Amino acid sequence: MSNKIKKKSTFIDMTAMSDVTVLLLTFFMLTSTFVQKEPVQVNPPQSVSEIKIPETNIVSVLIEPNGKVFMSLDKQPDRRDVLQKMGEFYKIEFTPEELKKFELLPSFGVPIRGMKEFLALPTEEQDRIIMDYGIPCDSLNNEFKEWMRNSKIVNKDLSIAIKADHATPYPMIRDIMNTLQDLRENRYNLITSLKDMPEI
Amino acid sequence: MAEIQENSDSGKRGKQKKFNVRVDFTPMVDMNMLLITFFMLCTTMSKPQTMEIAMPRKDVIDDDLTLVKESNAVTILLGKDDKVYYYLGRLQEEDYESPDKLKEANFSGDENSIRALLLGRNREVVQQIKDLKTRKENLEIADSTYKKEVTEIKKNKDAPRVSIKASDFSNYKNLIDALDEMHICNIGVYAIEDITAGDLRLLENLTGGGYEKQTETEVKQ
Repeated sequence: MSNKIKKKSTFIDMTAMSDVTVLLLTFFMLTSTFVQKEPVQVNPPQSVSEIKIPETNIVSVLIEPNGKVFMSLDKQPDRRDVLQKMGEFYKIEFTPEELKKFELLPSFGVPIRGMKEFLALPTEEQDRIIMDYGIPCDSLNNEFKEWMRNSKIVNKDLSIAIKADHATPYPMIRDIMNTLQDLRENRYNLITSLKDMPEI
Repeated sequence: MAEIQENSDSGKRGKQKKFNVRVDFTPMVDMNMLLITFFMLCTTMSKPQTMEIAMPRKDVIDDDLTLVKESNAVTILLGKDDKVYYYLGRLQEEDYESPDKLKEANFSGDENSIRALLLGRNREVVQQIKDLKTRKENLEIADSTYKKEVTEIKKNKDAPRVSIKASDFSNYKNLIDALDEMHICNIGVYAIEDITAGDLRLLENLTGGGYEKQTETEVKQ
């Protein structure tokens, strides 16, 4: 009897493990939010400010280190209405399919003249070429101003968030701030990442 | 995979058979792990922090700006290569020639920094807010009262009033750092202003580092 090797069952009870994973899963599902797809990677600078950004009704302005500007609206109906209004302003007729396509774009940043061709492209192609464009915001052709003005008309509760890379030269930021000031949008949020408050 | 094992030892017939009901949870765990991985990679936990700023309206001339006492005025200039400079009071004609009007500082927190300067000049307000904070932490006052009191304290007449002027050679990080110092030092009144030709001349005189270029481009415009 004792010489015989006992056959032990290799069956491990996974119930407890399953409990743990389900708990973790629930935790992640409840606390986190999905990462928004952004056309360019920006590294916001750090600050001690602890104010959180509002949940909804945000129009965010993305400024990358070379000064290209992209925008995104968080509500899909808003996006559609804004494009329609922009079309009216610049005398460009957008078809319902184009409006539908625009509604699904997480962020936009092409000159309005090129919008039609851009929307006709497949998604992968759009992601690839959007980096080369950006919304024109110089004083001669300030499309950014029109986008912002129309966004505010479509949804007047929008709060503005500026997310700029820490290496963006100040003149680009100043241009955007001046444009917002021209529109009498004097309160806005600058997105930063958190650092600890130093002892004083 | 559910496994129902018949208990082989159960002796006689007729007796109710005991079943050992065991469910294999391994695939379930696998699936959960996959989902967790998915959520960890595709979502962010933290909502981004923001800094709220309010700019003055363009068409309204701010009275605070013109009425500020000269002894309280502090001007911070953001220069090139992450350097920061400051001067106190207003600019006079003779200041352009004097070498110690404009001083170099930094954002670090040592005795040469903007923070040390502002904390020194804003001592009264900082102390009051500190006391208030301890009272809040001891649960003597409510959060809303605390906020109201802080706004009240920051209105102190003798607190410094800071202008932040960024040159074209500075970047966004410098601006945020400067705004951060306002936050840390409890400065009640501060503004982001356009840099003037006089400021650029001061910078040029101190550093000799090509700041006159900006003046030229601005004149052209």
